Amino acid sequence: MGSAHSVPAEMRELADRTGFTSEQIEHLHRRFKQLSRDQLTIRNLRPESDGLADEINFEDFLTIMSYFRPIEMNMDEEQLDRFRKEKLKFLFHMYDSDHDGKITLQEYRNVVEELLSGNPHLEKESARSIADGAMMEAASICVGQMGPDQVYEGITFEDFLKMWQGIDIETKMHVRFLNMETIAHCY
Amino acid sequence: MRQVSGVGLLLGLMALPAALGQRSSGSPINSNQTQSFAIVSFKWEHVKEPYIITLWILVASLAKIVFHLSSKVTRVVPESALLIVLGLLLGGIVWAADHIASFTLTPNVFFFYLLPPIVLDAGYFMPNRLFFGNLGSILLYAVIGTIWNAATTGLSLYGVYQTGIMGHLNSGLLDFLLFGSLIAAVDPVAVLAVFEEVHVNEVLFIIVFGESLLNDAVTVVLYNVFESFVTISQENVTGIECVKGIVSFFVVSLGGTLVGVFFAFLLSLVSRFTKHVRIIEPGFVFIISYLSYLTAEMLSLSAILAITFCGICCQKYVKANISEQSSTTVRYTMKMLASGAETIIFMFLGISAVDPDIWTWNTAFILLTLVFISVYRVIGVVLQTWILNHYRMVQLEIIDQVVMSYGGLRGAVAFALVALLDDEKVRDKNLFVSTTIIVVFFTVIFQGLTIKPLVQWLKVKKTEHREPKLNEKLHGRAFDHILSAIEDISGQIGHNYLRDKWSNFDRKFLSKVLMRRSAQKSRDQILNVFHELNLKDAISYVAEGERRGSLAFIRSPSTDNMVNVDFSTPLPSTVESSVSYLLREKAGPVCLDMQALEQRRKSIRDTEDTVTHHTLQQYLYKPRQEHKHLYSRHEIMHSEDDKQDKEIFHRTMRKRLESFKSTKLGINRSKKLNKIHKRDRGQKRRNSSVIPNGKIPSENPLQDFTLKEKDLEFSESEENNDYETLHLGKGVDFLANVTKQNFTDTPNGDMDHDVEMTEYSSSDDQLNQNQSVSMTPLHFFPSCLQMPWTQNYSSLENRGNISLSSVSEYIASCDPNVPDLFWEADTDTNNKETANSGYGSEVSYKSENSQEENSLLIFEGLEDSYMKEPQEKKMLLDVQGNYRSAAARRVQSRRSFHRPKPLQHPKLQKLASLPASCHVPPHSLEQEETQL
Repeated sequence: MGSAHSVPAEMRELADRTGFTSEQIEHLHRRFKQLSRDQLTIRNLRPESDGLADEINFEDFLTIMSYFRPIEMNMDEEQLDRFRKEKLKFLFHMYDSDHDGKITLQEYRNVVEELLSGNPHLEKESARSIADGAMMEAASICVGQMGPDQVYEGITFEDFLKMWQGIDIETKMHVRFLNMETIAHCY
Repeated sequence: MRQVSGVGLLLGLMALPAALGQRSSGSPINSNQTQSFAIVSFKWEHVKEPYIITLWILVASLAKIVFHLSSKVTRVVPESALLIVLGLLLGGIVWAADHIASFTLTPNVFFFYLLPPIVLDAGYFMPNRLFFGNLGSILLYAVIGTIWNAATTGLSLYGVYQTGIMGHLNSGLLDFLLFGSLIAAVDPVAVLAVFEEVHVNEVLFIIVFGESLLNDAVTVVLYNVFESFVTISQENVTGIECVKGIVSFFVVSLGGTLVGVFFAFLLSLVSRFTKHVRIIEPGFVFIISYLSYLTAEMLSLSAILAITFCGICCQKYVKANISEQSSTTVRYTMKMLASGAETIIFMFLGISAVDPDIWTWNTAFILLTLVFISVYRVIGVVLQTWILNHYRMVQLEIIDQVVMSYGGLRGAVAFALVALLDDEKVRDKNLFVSTTIIVVFFTVIFQGLTIKPLVQWLKVKKTEHREPKLNEKLHGRAFDHILSAIEDISGQIGHNYLRDKWSNFDRKFLSKVLMRRSAQKSRDQILNVFHELNLKDAISYVAEGERRGSLAFIRSPSTDNMVNVDFSTPLPSTVESSVSYLLREKAGPVCLDMQALEQRRKSIRDTEDTVTHHTLQQYLYKPRQEHKHLYSRHEIMHSEDDKQDKEIFHRTMRKRLESFKSTKLGINRSKKLNKIHKRDRGQKRRNSSVIPNGKIPSENPLQDFTLKEKDLEFSESEENNDYETLHLGKGVDFLANVTKQNFTDTPNGDMDHDVEMTEYSSSDDQLNQNQSVSMTPLHFFPSCLQMPWTQNYSSLENRGNISLSSVSEYIASCDPNVPDLFWEADTDTNNKETANSGYGSEVSYKSENSQEENSLLIFEGLEDSYMKEPQEKKMLLDVQGNYRSAAARRVQSRRSFHRPKPLQHPKLQKLASLPASCHVPPHSLEQEETQL
């Protein structure tokens, strides 16, 4: 630990890769230490870790956080596009739990169920039907008119991008990383 | 041309009160002279005030109609500007007739009657998320921006005054500052009027509009402070007074907000308990919000803030609590009041300007004021945006800043405030008034006129009216969670983190207190979108039918052989591009899990049913009718259409039944028996729910609990109507769930039926019966009925014609001890998870029969008691509507030609979200369908 920011070169490299400023990295590092209780990595404490990493180090932590950086003013079109794709990729992987490059109906349903699980009154059934509706919508957007024997297996990343057209994700998927120390004790 | 004629019309109207006024002067003499009893007396004085007010309102409203006759004019010129011009014209006429400006916008009227509806409307329909998301920016602009504007404008004017350009005025620095403070505030009415027509993007809109709402507190405080300073005169203003002023700002703004929040809480709480007084439900919204306004005014807090926050805070709970109709009423009334008030305000602004007494012209002062407010607005916006952009995630760009600066319209608030000034203390009041009028006219007319071209020219991002998409909503929800998690992990307290905390708090505590139980369940944004989409779809489906010339395809009950619409031609994709079109047309190919898909399909149909039903009403033959005149203040009577429905249904049914009775009298009796039996059960059910432990076989806590739950549900969903079926569905859903458990647990026996009935009961007896009937897919229906059934149906033409012969046949073939079978059948259905596909067609016909039986049952009820209850009427209609839309459904899904789907009572159909076990037939049907 500490090596990440004690060596300026390393720090600069991290800053380059993730796009954070050094203050932000420092701040995040403090937070990381706080979370990991001064260990090098944060352990995955959940017993059932199928497909999940057992532990992540600061670099991983920073990489994940970097997906949520807001867009910068000086980005050109191409950069913006890449930036957008990166963010969407991240989101896509969150949905695609078996990492086969497709969000299948089942996966989508799981996501929707979890999203709606906050409402204790909502039945699983309605969550499912919403997921199905969303899936149909996705199919209609991505494939358009389908032949009678065509089967829509799942949302691929390309389809995912199509679905997101017109919604500016940049305004949605970002967190303001402050340079200064905020009250870092929100549990 | 039209404009002119419109004005001519208005002139005519104008002449009326004037003429009346003149005549009224003569009338008292007349009444004195004639001592005898006058048959007709002319009492103009008696009605004068309300009469004139009403006439003015009428004139303003007519003017609106006239403006909108020509879309060209309103597209270019904002309505507010037109109204001001009209007001000027009318004012001129009044003045020419009377030589007194008798009608002016008095501050009292403005603040007490005209402003509250507008602000309440703004608050109640405030996009909360957007508003709170940008609250920081809004507050900065509202507080700092307004102070900045006030200070700079006042000081600059004073500075220029010192140079002597303006000549001599009787004002000191404080007077200038006072003027600055009242002219500084951006006006919510004007901003709303102009920006609503411009359609800039929502962030921009909310910032300008939010600023205009929230700066009221600042304006009020500044105004009060400077007014009191002016009163105590310059020498006595000490530092302590200034500190007091600053403190009073916080007191006024926070106090106003708190008053608003308090009344919002009260309102939400009240709206939770209005289920028995639906008819006055909308009134609460207005009255309590208005109370918040008045309370704040009484405590000399910011009344605008109070009513705004009252609207903002209560909207969620109130919208969830009140019934669909009430919500529509609230919506329309609020919009009507607000837009009416706005119209009157602008018109009277124009009229008030025509008064030579208030005009004091000082070119330098007026021009400089105009220049200063524009320039300082721009500077203020640019400076603040520069600061804000360091913190905002979505940057405000140059274009936005231009629009924001340019959109700083001044309006009636400034005018009312300046009119409030005491000319004893502020000796240049008239100058201030005229300047304010000029400023208001300039900003509203000139800027209002030019802002649209400006927005177009600058290519400001506009709001796009996109269809709400499920995916979008879902992803949006996902983002909320992800972002708050990330903020949590990265250890910052940001918007998302706070929002998450708030929504948790809201869900855990606030909603529980403030929302009806039934509302809590169905309250979810995603669900709403889902619902909306379904509804839209259903409408487009019916519209498509209409487009094709007739609704015959919906009407004709037998399947395709009767369809006069050729569905084999591809449908135009323009009409049907939405979700359920896909569902209907591509469900098979897309090959999702059909079980789940069916859930959704069904729910689409539910809404379709309702919608189809309503649409159909309009296309019905409308009979001449001598309806009894029914009037009740506390109930909304059923509309004409309902009566017509009833009548048609009634006539045909009677005809049918007469023939039916003559032949099959015996069966009829058995049916009646059946019904009585059920009534008994209903009775028992009530007993059992009253005495929880009295008759229930097993005393396990679960059941007790369910009973209690049920009672609650019962009382909640009492007045469910077609629209509220979603809620109801939930209730039924829940009950059915419980039932299933109980049912499988308990042994057979009479008592068990009772319990079961109890659990199944949803809102009322009617439904209960209905449910029990249609829930019984009736395995004992002979499938040989299929033939007569279709034949009968194909001969039907009139919509009310429900063929009874097939039913009668069925009944004839039935045992007299139907009731017992009933429950067996029910048991079967309940326990059965899935049915094989071959079973499908049979079942569907049967349940159609059961539908038939349903209507028969009801009809008997009608025979017995000529529709005493409104509930019963509704039922009747439901059956009808359902009946036809079911036919429509059959037509619409091409693959199911030969297997008409089971019909169910619409209310029952809300069981769509039930566990699979409760819906065997539909599932089996769908599965078969896909195999085709």
